Amino acid sequence: MKLEVGYIPIRDIQFGPTSKVDGNVLYVNQDELSRLLLQDEAIESVALDIARPGESVRITPVKDVIEPRVKVHGGGGIFPGWCAKVDTVGSGRTNVLKGAAVVTAGKIVGFQEGIIDMSGEGARYTPFSTLNNLVLVVEPKQGLAQHAYEKTLRLAGLKAAEYLGKLAADIEAEEVHTYETLSLLEGVRAYPDLPRVGYVLMLQSQGLLHDTYVYGVDAKQIIPTLISPTELMDGAIISGNCVSACDKNTTYHHLNNPVVQDLFAEHGKTLNFVGVIITNENVFLADKMRSSDRTAELCGYLSLDGAIISQEGFGNPDTDLIMNCRKIEAKGIKTVIITDEYAGQDGASQSLADADEAADAVVTGGNANEVIHLPAMERIIGSIDAVDHIAGGWSGSLNEDGTITAELQVITGATNELGFNTLSAR
Amino acid sequence: MKQIKVVHYLNQFFAQIGGEEKADIPPESKSGPVGPGMAFKGAFGDAAEIVATVACGDSYFNENPDVALAAILDMIASFEPDIVVCGPAFNAGRYGVACGAVATGVREKLNIPAITGMYVENPGVDLYKQSVHIVSTKDNAAGMRDAVALMVPLALKLARGEEIGTSAEEGYIPMGIRKNFFDKKRGSRRAVDMLLKKMAGEPYETEFPMPDFDRVVPNPAVKDISKAKIALVTSGGIVPKGNPDRIESSSASKYGKYDLEGIRDLDAQTYETAHGGYDPVYANEDADRVLPVDILREFEKEGKIGSLSRYFYSTVGNGTAVASAKKYARAIGEELVADGVDAVILTST
Amino acid sequence: MVKEIERAGIPVVHMCTVVPISMTVGANRIVPTVAIPYPLGNPASTPDEEKELRRKLLDKTLDALSTEVEDQTVFE
Repeated sequence: MKLEVGYIPIRDIQFGPTSKVDGNVLYVNQDELSRLLLQDEAIESVALDIARPGESVRITPVKDVIEPRVKVHGGGGIFPGWCAKVDTVGSGRTNVLKGAAVVTAGKIVGFQEGIIDMSGEGARYTPFSTLNNLVLVVEPKQGLAQHAYEKTLRLAGLKAAEYLGKLAADIEAEEVHTYETLSLLEGVRAYPDLPRVGYVLMLQSQGLLHDTYVYGVDAKQIIPTLISPTELMDGAIISGNCVSACDKNTTYHHLNNPVVQDLFAEHGKTLNFVGVIITNENVFLADKMRSSDRTAELCGYLSLDGAIISQEGFGNPDTDLIMNCRKIEAKGIKTVIITDEYAGQDGASQSLADADEAADAVVTGGNANEVIHLPAMERIIGSIDAVDHIAGGWSGSLNEDGTITAELQVITGATNELGFNTLSAR
Repeated sequence: MKQIKVVHYLNQFFAQIGGEEKADIPPESKSGPVGPGMAFKGAFGDAAEIVATVACGDSYFNENPDVALAAILDMIASFEPDIVVCGPAFNAGRYGVACGAVATGVREKLNIPAITGMYVENPGVDLYKQSVHIVSTKDNAAGMRDAVALMVPLALKLARGEEIGTSAEEGYIPMGIRKNFFDKKRGSRRAVDMLLKKMAGEPYETEFPMPDFDRVVPNPAVKDISKAKIALVTSGGIVPKGNPDRIESSSASKYGKYDLEGIRDLDAQTYETAHGGYDPVYANEDADRVLPVDILREFEKEGKIGSLSRYFYSTVGNGTAVASAKKYARAIGEELVADGVDAVILTST
Repeated sequence: MVKEIERAGIPVVHMCTVVPISMTVGANRIVPTVAIPYPLGNPASTPDEEKELRRKLLDKTLDALSTEVEDQTVFE
């Protein structure tokens, strides 16, 4: 499967009479986009706002971040199972509005969403402070149940990103990257001497605000399976989770999976990137056993020499991570795991809920319990009153002067376990 | 720059007061450097001066930790030091625990920086590595020069309140305190690099060493202790007089298995200790003080226990590497199972 | 040592003076003793008193062996 990805750099977003890409500026017609989103009868109102890098802006409670993309040619459409039919994606040509994103905000549960600061200390920890963000604050019709509200907000974000992405269909890209995955046999013939490396992508699948979807299917219902890395770049996997926002993968993360990118960078040089195995993190022990067994079997079937395993979340998924690691290592396949830590505010507690000596190569995204101090911002997009209840905040986290003292876990994407950031701990 | 004032903490042995027979002395202080303090004095040069040395017997400290620590902290405070250097203790377990406790007390109660040094397997490391900088040393005093070379620059930095580098840069044992930092490469790239090295069999450094979760689930209790066959094992080095197996007094390379058939009481004529890490006088006078054969024979007669197993096992815990102790214990465990032993009493000194 | 014997499937009591070390090394049943050079004795008392002390400690040890524990337990 071969995909060309064309990058169109976006350096600013502005509201204007016509939605279009002009140079490096993305113009958005507010009314047109709002009308499109209000077609969903569950939505009472939509407010659009823009947050640019360096501005004194705090966005919260953040649910998802989505990059605008469009399928120029090749099968299917972006976000299959949601905005397009379920046809297989990952081939042909896709254009990307690089540097722009749609951010969805809304108080679904009230303590489970994240914070994005566009400047100050918090901005150092979230990758989204470097993007030009179009923020959707979506208010549901009264009485809408939490699950329905979550789905409504999720779809609104995807639709808005699709709407913006389509503006890039006919724009010439500044940079084009080509990614290709060979079939099993072709790969063996092409790179007979290179170590065979796979990527085990663990997907959070534990319920409301903890779910992930694959071609429209709830990931908790999947049996671990193979997927082409280029399928991720076309939105085959989307996020429905943001609890303890620091280590949850937004849809933006799935579209720009850094492990996939860095394995492709070495593909054909030092290793043969064979493919991606997706698995879940369910709440039942039997599911954990089955999924880790199937994952290890697939790794063995692919005759891998090595595998990178990325986790999503913490706590009981630590057990999924360790089970995957142990069972894959038991097949003689070398593993590196990517996780993050909950070592307490003082950094002295046990970082993981589970451990095994097989996990002797660990990359960490940092200690999510470390306390940070966020300055007051001139402008709040969304609503600030949930901060005291957010995961990682505590009563009194929000000070009267607008500053926030909280754990790093309140920041969207801060300790990402795909290895998206440079943050680490020692 | 003003000269830094140092107080040095030592045990009775390094303070040149005496060996195990003096291990029960209470804390005392002298002005100026003593013993290893001379090596520190040389390395500090003009930057710092050892104004006093505080010494305490290892047994005294470990048997009266609260009283001993309070007295030691009072002495140290009276000299108003800028930094306190403890040990190094190498692989001496009780000395390591004392050094760790004193250094921690100095930091937490006196708010004065402190540093110590130990071999990585010293029990003092696990107890105190989170609270104080412990420089990694060799397992015996032959490593004094290397230890001083690492401890002196770190002590000066701590005294001056300068920023301390990572454990790898400064030579101290990782404190287990996790601290976030921004690395040069993103996590995914670090993972790919680590995997390439691991697959090639090249050395790599994990960013999070797995903790030692090695705990054994407790075995069920003995159902009827009056029918149980009980075996004695000791790390206190009790052996038949003359130490027939020549078990080393420290870093034991073996264990002994000895017959108790017909023996009702251990006495000074027939048993002694081979352990070099504690005062042997009391065990040599009456080895029942470490290996209670006499009372277990009484229990056997009274029917409190089924029987005392025919053999006892003995090794010396002093400075013995964890890996070795594990190996002996595994072998001993197998024999005990084969002998049908129901329960074990393990005594340590 | 104590862990390896426990691993062999035999319940074991660790009689020792420096209890924190015993906790660190992972003993499950711990009986604190008198002093490092004489864990089960006291040279300062009479031989009869010393035997009585030892008997009491060993009674405690038998109790420890007869008691179900789920986690590391110190029998004071």
